[in-house]
Amino acid sequence: MSAPPPTPVGKRPVVTPGRIVAGLCLFAPFVGILWVDSYARVEPKLIGIPFFYWYQMLWVLISALLTVIAYRIVRREEAARSAEKSGEAL
Amino acid sequence: MKDGVNGVALAVFIFFFVAVTVMGFRAARWRKAENGNTLDEWGLGGRSFGTWVTWFLLGGDLYTAYTFVAVPAAIYAAGASGFFAVPYTILVYPLIFTFLPRLWSVSHTHGYVTTSDFVRGRFGSKGLSLAVALTGILATMPYIALQLVGIQAVLDVMGVGGSDSTHWFIKDLPLLIAFGVLAAYTYSSGLRAPALIAFVKDALIYLVIAVAIIYIPIKLGGFDVIFDKAGEALGQNNPATGAPRGELAPGENNHWAYATLAFGSALALFMYPHSITATLSGKNRNVIRRNTTILPLYSLMLGFLAILGFMAIAAGIKVDNGQLAIPQLFETMFPDWFTGVAFAAIGIGALVPAAIMSIAAANLFTRNIYKDFLKPGATPEQETKVSKLVSLLVKVGALVFVLGMDKTVAINFQLLGGIWILQTFPALVGGLFTRWFHRWALIAGWAVGMVYGTVAAYGVASPTQKHFGGSNAMMPGIGEIGYIGVTAFVLNVLVTVVLTFVLRAVGAPDGIDETRPEDYTADAPSTRARPTASADEAGAEPAGVTGQTGTPDAAGAYEADAADEAGPAGAAGVTVK
Repeated sequence: MSAPPPTPVGKRPVVTPGRIVAGLCLFAPFVGILWVDSYARVEPKLIGIPFFYWYQMLWVLISALLTVIAYRIVRREEAARSAEKSGEAL
Repeated sequence: MKDGVNGVALAVFIFFFVAVTVMGFRAARWRKAENGNTLDEWGLGGRSFGTWVTWFLLGGDLYTAYTFVAVPAAIYAAGASGFFAVPYTILVYPLIFTFLPRLWSVSHTHGYVTTSDFVRGRFGSKGLSLAVALTGILATMPYIALQLVGIQAVLDVMGVGGSDSTHWFIKDLPLLIAFGVLAAYTYSSGLRAPALIAFVKDALIYLVIAVAIIYIPIKLGGFDVIFDKAGEALGQNNPATGAPRGELAPGENNHWAYATLAFGSALALFMYPHSITATLSGKNRNVIRRNTTILPLYSLMLGFLAILGFMAIAAGIKVDNGQLAIPQLFETMFPDWFTGVAFAAIGIGALVPAAIMSIAAANLFTRNIYKDFLKPGATPEQETKVSKLVSLLVKVGALVFVLGMDKTVAINFQLLGGIWILQTFPALVGGLFTRWFHRWALIAGWAVGMVYGTVAAYGVASPTQKHFGGSNAMMPGIGEIGYIGVTAFVLNVLVTVVLTFVLRAVGAPDGIDETRPEDYTADAPSTRARPTASADEAGAEPAGVTGQTGTPDAAGAYEADAADEAGPAGAAGVTVK
C-alpha cells in the first residue's frame, strides 16, 4: 500500500463475490436481531438465565465474528485492487 | 440507603477522581504536536489515534455513565423491554463498518472536522449544513446533562449532596467541583484528555462488572433464584397502571417496539457528533473498521450490566428513583472499599463522554456556525480558541439544565435528541454514497422528520407524565406500537425522495460538490501528497499531518498498524504492504 490506493474505476466490477459475502456477513445480525418473534421466550434457560437474554448475548459474539470475516474480505479486496492499480502503472 | 456519608467509599472515589484529574491535565503533553493551536489538534487529537486508543475512546464515548445507570434502571423498572440496548449496540457495528470508513476518508482528504463540514462540502449547501449542526448541538446538550445525572446518582448514594435539607449550594458543590475540573482539563488538553482517562475508566468498569456478575449471583443464590424472584416481582400489578410491571421476555404486542427501538437507536448512535469525533480521530481508514470487530466486547459487558437490573429486583432493592437502583445495589452488596471503586467507575465513566460530547458540540459550533456565518475568515488559531470557549459554555449549559430543571426534562430532551439526530441520516449517509438527493429535498425531509418526531413524542403520555412519556407510538400504516424515531425517519426519507424527483424534474440548481469519488476510499498516506481544497484547511493540514505519526515516515506508521492487527483484534494476517 505504499502507492496511492484510490481510483475505484479499475478493471474490477463494483459488485464482486467477496463483497457480496462481506455484505451478507454484515446483514445477518439484522435478520437475527430484528426478528424478535424468534427469540422472545424464557425457555430454554442457560445457567438460570432466560433464553431471551443469553440468545441476544450470543448474537453479540456471532456478529463480532461475522464482522471480522467481513473485515478480512474487504482488506483482501482492497489489497487486490491496489495491486492491480500499481500493476497498471508499471 | 445507609445513613450519613459512606466514608470509605468516598475516600476511594476521591482517590480515583484526583488520579484522573492529574492525567487529564498531563494529557496535553501526550503525543504533542508542534502546533497545538489547530482544531485538528485540540478537537481531534491530531487525527493520530491508533486502533486501541480509538477503541477506548469510542467505548468511553458510546457506553456512558448514563448507560450504566439507565439501562439496568430500565430493566429494574420494566423488565425485558430495557434490554433493547444490547441488540441496539449489536446492530450499530455493521452500520459503522459500512458507512464510517467513507466518512473518515473524505474528511481526512478535505480536512473536515464535523459531519456538517462534510454535508456542506458534498451538497454545497450552508443551510443543510446548519440544519445538521444545530441538530447535533441540540441532541448532544441533554446527553451531557445526563452524564451529570449519572454522577449525581452515585454521589446521592454515597451520602454526599442529595439530601434536601441542606442549602442548594452545599448540596450541589461536589457536582460543581467535578464539573469544574472536567471543564478545565478539557479546555487545556482537548480530545487527548478523555482519550487518556478512558483507559482508567474502562479498566475500572470491566473490573466492576466482572466482579458484580460473579459475586452478586453467589450472594443471591444463583441466576435461577434471581430470575425467579425478578419474574415474580415483575408480574405483580403496578398500582399506578393496574397492569403488571413488566415481563421476562417481551410479549407479542411489544415485539415491534423492541425491534424498532433497537434499529432506530443503532441508526441514531453514530450520527451523534461525539461518535463522529472519536471516529475521525483515528489515524487511518482501517482503525475504525478494526474497531467494529473489537467494540462488541463492550456490548457483552452492557448485557451483563443490564442483568444487574434483575439482581436489584431480586435483592429487594427498593428505590423511588430507578436511577439509584444500581448504585444502591452496589452499596448493599459490596464491601465499602469496592463500592468506592464501583462508584469511581461510574463517575469517571461520566467524565469521558461528557468531555468528548462537549468537544464535539463545540467543533460543530465553531466550524458550521461561527466560521460559516459569523466570521468566514477565521484562522485555525481563532477556531481553536472559539471551540475551547464553547466547550466550556456547553458544559455550563448542561449544568444549568441539571441543577435548574427537573431531571425528567433532561431525560425528555435526551429522548427527543435521539429522534432528532436520526433525521440527519439521509443527508450524511445518503451523501456518502450518492449525490442524487437534492439539497433542498434533504432540508425539507429533515424538517418533516423533526416536526413529526417532536409532535409525536409530545403526545406520548405515561402514568407519571402527560407528555414525552416514552419514545414509542402507533406507527401509521403498520398499526403497531414502534419507535417514533423510525417513523419520523421513514417520513423523512419519503419526503426527500419525492421532492428530489420533483426538484430534478423542474431543474432546480444543485450545489457545488467539492468531493471526488476517489476521496471516499482514500487512506492516510495518499492524502499527504494532495493539497486540500481551501486555503485555511491547507493551513490546518500540516499540523495534523505532523501530529499523525510523530515522524514523517508513513511506512513506520503502517508498521505500527500491522502490530495492532496482530493483537487480540484477531485481524492478523492482513497484507498491509
